[in-house]
Amino acid sequence: MLFKVSTPIPKDIPLELPLPEWLLVTLLIVSFLAHIIFINLMLGGSIITLWAQIKGLKNKEYDTFAHEVAKTITVNKSMAVVLGVAPLLCINTLYTIYFYSANALTGFAWILIIPLVTVAFLLTYLHKYTWDALAESRRVHIGIIATAVGIFLFIPLIFLTNVNLLMFPEKWGTVSGFLDALVLPNVFPRYFEFLGACITITGVFLVGYHKRLRYRVEKLYTELTRNDLMKLGYNIAFIGLGLQILFGVVVVLTLPSKGYGFDVLISVISAGVMLVISAIYTWKSMVAAPENRIYYGKIVTFVLFYLVIYGGSRQMYRHNALSPHQKLVAAKTKEFQKQSEDARLHPVIETVEADTTLGEFAVGAGLFKKNCSSCHQEKEKLVGPPMTEMVSIYKENRDGLKAWIKAPGKKRPDYPQMPSFGSLSEGDLDELSKYILSINSK
Amino acid sequence: MDFPLFHLDWLNNRFLIAVIAILHVLINHGLAVGFIPYITWLEYKGVKNSPSNQITDFEWDNFIYKKMKVAFIITTTIGAMTGVGIWFSAALISPSSIASLIRVFFWAWFIEWIVFVTEVVLILIYFLTWKNANKSLHSKMRHIRFGWFLAVFSWITMALIVAILGFMMDPGNWNNDHSLINGVFNPIYLPQLLFRTPTAMLVGGVYGMTLAFFFARKNKELLKRSVKLSSKWILVWAPLSLFAAFNYWNVLPEAMVENMSTAVGTMDFQEYYDILKIVIIVAISSVLILAMFGVFTPSKIKMWMVVIPCFFVFGFLGMFERVREFIRKPYVIGGYMYSNLLRVEDYPLYKKDGVLKHATYASTTEITEENKIEAGRDVFMLTCSRCHTAKGVNSITYVFERMYGFGKPLDVASVAGYIPNMHMGRTYMPPFPGNEKELDALAHFIKSLQTSGESVEGAQTKGVKINPVNSVEQFKK
Repeated sequence: MLFKVSTPIPKDIPLELPLPEWLLVTLLIVSFLAHIIFINLMLGGSIITLWAQIKGLKNKEYDTFAHEVAKTITVNKSMAVVLGVAPLLCINTLYTIYFYSANALTGFAWILIIPLVTVAFLLTYLHKYTWDALAESRRVHIGIIATAVGIFLFIPLIFLTNVNLLMFPEKWGTVSGFLDALVLPNVFPRYFEFLGACITITGVFLVGYHKRLRYRVEKLYTELTRNDLMKLGYNIAFIGLGLQILFGVVVVLTLPSKGYGFDVLISVISAGVMLVISAIYTWKSMVAAPENRIYYGKIVTFVLFYLVIYGGSRQMYRHNALSPHQKLVAAKTKEFQKQSEDARLHPVIETVEADTTLGEFAVGAGLFKKNCSSCHQEKEKLVGPPMTEMVSIYKENRDGLKAWIKAPGKKRPDYPQMPSFGSLSEGDLDELSKYILSINSK
Repeated sequence: MDFPLFHLDWLNNRFLIAVIAILHVLINHGLAVGFIPYITWLEYKGVKNSPSNQITDFEWDNFIYKKMKVAFIITTTIGAMTGVGIWFSAALISPSSIASLIRVFFWAWFIEWIVFVTEVVLILIYFLTWKNANKSLHSKMRHIRFGWFLAVFSWITMALIVAILGFMMDPGNWNNDHSLINGVFNPIYLPQLLFRTPTAMLVGGVYGMTLAFFFARKNKELLKRSVKLSSKWILVWAPLSLFAAFNYWNVLPEAMVENMSTAVGTMDFQEYYDILKIVIIVAISSVLILAMFGVFTPSKIKMWMVVIPCFFVFGFLGMFERVREFIRKPYVIGGYMYSNLLRVEDYPLYKKDGVLKHATYASTTEITEENKIEAGRDVFMLTCSRCHTAKGVNSITYVFERMYGFGKPLDVASVAGYIPNMHMGRTYMPPFPGNEKELDALAHFIKSLQTSGESVEGAQTKGVKINPVNSVEQFKK
């Protein structure tokens, strides 16, 4: 047989979208943006904490810095999870069959997200609340956050694999398990670009965090000044931006042509320009004297622009990649609904096969075959007792038999309970009982 | 039909959802909905019972803070993630039903999300500003106010989700008019909410009393006061919980009660149902007895006396959810979709054409002598696998052997004779949707399982075979 890769056309859920598609797309992009910023802060923050704490083994000041950043992780992670519900809901609604198909095909990894993230979250609390208790065993304490970081680094791969796989129904027949889907083109470049974004956003956040005059730097640190800490933030952001630009180029080059279009290309290039501008301003801030660091607002604005435009370009790509297939799905769904309606109007008539040779017992025999024969035989016990036994009990008591069929009790400990046949009509019960009680006399 | 099917052939698919969902309920009811008002009340008691020249009784306040810390850590980790986990697992195991529900309940879920976000922001404020708020009476009272806000929002999240659960059991008018309002105001909604509210409060109090033994072990006086107050709290809610439980059973629609008594009455469920009744009565009355002793002789209460009712309450909530899931059978969405994920309205078409023809993923549509077992496996996957396994929990061979005798070879004709009629007697089973040939293939497959001991793999490990008749290549022709 020739090996032929084919593309499935599933049917969609035959219920209308609860809101116009443009609104759903808007909600998806906006809510996802809010979610991803907190994810960036959570992941970036925990990476920075780990780095600072290792550095803090030699320089106590960095241990303090790590502690300050660690306190933000547990807050950001709570926000990240709860803000993730809306984009999850939107993508479930907008790309139902695509998303769920990708979820099922990577099922084990997908469901592993739940326990893994739970463990990572518990570790971040353990790390935060044992800061003083484990002051003497710093390596153990660092091990806790390192484990959490390890988990946090793995989880985005599962998500990216899913949102990537959903765009390629032609691959669904070729994937057996998460690892197959993970190595599809473009997952890793996107992943590294995302890691860059985590570093960037965290760096920008740290600048803002230490910029606040309300924040008493001198109370916490002996050597490090507000200026040093802000500069550290700029450095971190700059490293992140560098990674993003580098891997952004790789993403653009490795993106499968399927969903490409000029709209995607123009947005991706604009997003790249935003990154470059942010990087230039960040660089200027790094080298400038403290009083000349006037670009913070600009950096925040351009990074946010970048996020919106990049998010938009992803949506454009997804739209381009899927819309031909979505049209086929819609047509197929419609065709199926039509067939289903026809079948409802002209159902296959199920007739109880009546063996006319049985004469007056024909209807009852048919009813018996349909309702009873899988458990009762004429002379031998199958699931329940044989018909001959029924006759011996109810010979003179047809109403008793009818009552039993309608609402059976349980008499025999070694037999399973008989289900009730409340759905049978009085007429059916008449015919049925007549037939059953006719057995011995034949 | 339209999705690759995730399948756990040993644990059983429902088990995955059940574990995640029950864990979530135990945390949500016990450590959020019922616990937050309990904590806020105790925090307020600390202020009220302190000398007038002090903001609060700081020893007491710190003790209550520790209880809250446990709730904060657990709800924002296991609690939050199991909530997401219910979605994740439902999407894997029951994609068609969750997809349909989301289309109907999009805005309810969206509003739920806004309430969630508010709840998380409030819990972060409430817990993280606790110590700072102890600087003045004014800020302490404002902190307590945040506690009450948080309690209200926790309750609203539950109130919204119960609408969705209630709808799944009995969509009321929704089948005639697919609108959100009809779904929300389905007949089971209020009784269920009335039951869950005092029960959550009760569980919150029991958890709180249990935690007191961890944090006030060395301080007998503190422990005594805490046990006494927790007991008062429980005494208020336990009777309400009991009444609401009775009310809830009474208003279950008649069809459902009938279904339930059949389902529970058949096979070995009678036994199980009796256990459930006993657990409910034992759980609530043991908690009541504990609370009465706790009010009058708080110092006599030992930790084990609290832990035991606490486990009864676990059992009680777990059983309640299990029965709730069970009694909605044979449907996953009452009257609209069967628990095999097939819509009631499509049954006539499946009867006519068979299920394989309309399945997106199947290895064959033409059943022959040679591919019978393979086709039967596909039919099993499409029509049985959401509730049955091939060799694990509630396996398809087990359910037949239980009827026809363990260790005996199954008779294909009996199996094939039983399946089309099973829904008549076993009202929790959906009718078999396929045609004659598929029935025959399924029966042969089931029999083959007896000797092969094969386990059926899901799409997550085996991938999918695209049904040639439902491929793009075929459709474009």
